[in-house]
Amino acid sequence: MSAILAAADAVTGSLGAVGYGLAAIGPGIGVGLIFGNGVQAMARQPEMTNVIRTNMFIGFALTEALALLGFVVPFVFP
Amino acid sequence: MSADVVLAASEGGCHLFSGCGFPAPGAEIFIFDPMFSIGPFEVTKPALMAAVTALIVIAFFWAAFSKAKLVPGRIQALGEMGYLFVRDQIARPMVGKEGDKYVPYFMTLFFFIWMLNFMAFVPLIQLPVTSRVAFPALFALVSWVIYMTLTFKRNGLVGGFRNLAVPSGLPGWVYILLTPIELLSNIIIRPFTLTIRLFANMFAGHMLIAVFSIGAWYLVSPSIIGMASATASFTMAIVMTAFELIIQFLQAYIFTMLVASYIGQALEEAH
Repeated sequence: MSAILAAADAVTGSLGAVGYGLAAIGPGIGVGLIFGNGVQAMARQPEMTNVIRTNMFIGFALTEALALLGFVVPFVFP
Repeated sequence: MSADVVLAASEGGCHLFSGCGFPAPGAEIFIFDPMFSIGPFEVTKPALMAAVTALIVIAFFWAAFSKAKLVPGRIQALGEMGYLFVRDQIARPMVGKEGDKYVPYFMTLFFFIWMLNFMAFVPLIQLPVTSRVAFPALFALVSWVIYMTLTFKRNGLVGGFRNLAVPSGLPGWVYILLTPIELLSNIIIRPFTLTIRLFANMFAGHMLIAVFSIGAWYLVSPSIIGMASATASFTMAIVMTAFELIIQFLQAYIFTMLVASYIGQALEEAH
């Protein structure tokens, strides 16, 4: 733990930016999975495109919220 | 420091190789000095733009539907396109048979949010009004009141809490874990994420455009590398503006669609 704190002291610049980079990993993977599988589903069943697209955007919105929370936090807790 | 101060500072002679650092824009580009005051209320640019946007949306739909004819004219045809989009893409799939009753609210929400976002594209205004957190927070609050009221009106007090906290069709022991999570998620986290999603998207988009625009002006300098980078940065600012056009529509659509799905869940009968 103390090694991590010492390393954090040595970092110059914004730790918030590093934090946001870490926070964006999970949602990035999630959004990729959603759109990848959504496009695959549309390709397999083109007649279901409207239903798939609607559900895809709901999933996208819920996943993306995590990344956006990460974006807002540095402004809230400077 | 307000937006005008940042603008003035970045318009000055601060360029690459002139010995001054990049004047990076921060959260202060969203803070405006009051333009004028009506009584005790000080009117800032976002507040004024919100009022103007509301008038534009009202005027458009007034023109479209005040004297609706069987064979629609040009404005009415456009208004009907918007209505059909909201009804067939948002209300009916999300709420179901009763969806048509809530279309007026979804119409208001969708077009008002879209136009507020669209202000980011209008020359000389170029500020997404929803990047001030108060606006999305108010939309989320009104929607929260509506879907909570509908939940308890439809299902009664006990049934309402069952609707909010106990999703049906799971093995018994899961509910020990799931009930508190569902309750927290449905009552507290939902309006919060609705707010943050719209606000942060518009905030981030505006910030990106600001970084590239100020960067382009900063990179203008008597050197080939500087001018090439300035051109690239300016191109990126234009590309991001075009990208934001999609995001503006998408965020209004997602906000309305999520509110519609919450209302749809509130109206679901308990099994």
